[in-house]
Amino acid sequence: MKSNMNDLLSEGPKVINIGLRSFYEASETQGIKVVHIDWKPPAQGDIETIKLLDRLL
Amino acid sequence: MNIKEYIDTANKKALERMASVQPILIDIELEAKNIIPGMDNKTILHAGPPIEWERMCGPTQGAIAGILVYEGLAADLTEGYEIAASGEIKFDCNHDHDTVGPMTGITSPHQPVFVLEDELTGKKAYCTLNEGRGRVLRFGGWNKEVLDRLNWMKSVLAPTLKKAIKHSDGINIKTIIAESLHMGDEGHNRNRSGSYLFLSELTPHMLDTTNNEIAKEVFLFIKKNADIFHLNLSMPHSKLIADAARDIDYCSLVVAMARNGTDIGIQVSSLGREWFTSPASIVEGLYFPGYSEKDACPDLGDSTISEVIGIGGFAMAASPAIVSFVGGSAREATLRTRRMYEISAGTSSIFTIPSLDFKGTPVGIDIRKVVELDETPLINTGIAHKEAGIGQIGAGLTAAPYDMFKDALKAFGAKYL
Repeated sequence: MKSNMNDLLSEGPKVINIGLRSFYEASETQGIKVVHIDWKPPAQGDIETIKLLDRLL
Repeated sequence: MNIKEYIDTANKKALERMASVQPILIDIELEAKNIIPGMDNKTILHAGPPIEWERMCGPTQGAIAGILVYEGLAADLTEGYEIAASGEIKFDCNHDHDTVGPMTGITSPHQPVFVLEDELTGKKAYCTLNEGRGRVLRFGGWNKEVLDRLNWMKSVLAPTLKKAIKHSDGINIKTIIAESLHMGDEGHNRNRSGSYLFLSELTPHMLDTTNNEIAKEVFLFIKKNADIFHLNLSMPHSKLIADAARDIDYCSLVVAMARNGTDIGIQVSSLGREWFTSPASIVEGLYFPGYSEKDACPDLGDSTISEVIGIGGFAMAASPAIVSFVGGSAREATLRTRRMYEISAGTSSIFTIPSLDFKGTPVGIDIRKVVELDETPLINTGIAHKEAGIGQIGAGLTAAPYDMFKDALKAFGAKYL
């Protein structure tokens, strides 16, 4: 673990970005290795709609 | 079966019905009132969901005032506005009359219309003839040139094409579009290959039925406007395909999506003729020199019937060339098509994309998937100036608003749960 922490400090972070694309783009422009996962909360996070979808989908 | 199985079965049935449609161009009716159901001398049809005169966008009001001059009901544009606002004219949306129209979508009693028929069911769909680019009525443009062109279309273009079409055995528009997707079209904003294929089918019949001078004049008009002419054949073709999926119990697929420059609306197979609407969006895109988004009318036209049946924005991967017109990159065009698979019930067996190893285009917009994923249909479209009289100022991309899909889903849940 200690050696992994040292790697992080010496080699820089490798980032997996989930959701907000602007974070991915900001990281990429700073030269950070980053992978973007396109994700949004189901049904915009609306609980009633999620319950409805659970019954229909 | 549980409700999810009922829905899946219904959606599969809808896709099978859509795939079975064979839209054939069989005629041109020289006066729309003679063939469009529910139309008379005082009816004007428009694009999008129904809307009253006061709420119509600038281009639509301008196009209505102009077409009243064309119809001989107004002496000039000023009188056209007065008559339109007086309540004397009955306005209704194209979709509720088996008709579609690009941009303002104005369809008037004495305009000629293409007549397409589903070979299997005999059902028909109608659309005016395309005016080409430049200052045109469908974008709300108006001047003497627009009126002269409309009169030439009625007196020369339409009768010439009509004779040629009648001389043929009918022209299968679905076959043309399937082939055009392999030639760089996506069938909404790029129709160049479709227009050329249509010309190659029609020209021999035109030469058999019309003198060479007129045939050449018509040929050159279509050739000059090839990038857009075929849209007015593609749209009624798509209307016939989408309508085949209507009125299937438990079906959660969109059967119409259209904009009037103020609202955008969808209809869902199992929910009858009810429109679920949201405010129409401003389109992001490439603007002609001197114009920007602040000049733009919100999203406009029935042409999103293309996306409903899996072409247009859903087939952008087939059309790298479209990005030179609507913006973005060829890679983004492919990514956008890939995203549309996520919200679609199936893939087309007819329309395929060479660069995706001939995978079928995504087809059948499922309101459940749109709402769950917060991923709405991608639309590529022309942009009209927000004021009447100017016309097209650009083209670009937009995504349909989310809320109307959520409203439709709630109505669907209220009906079936």
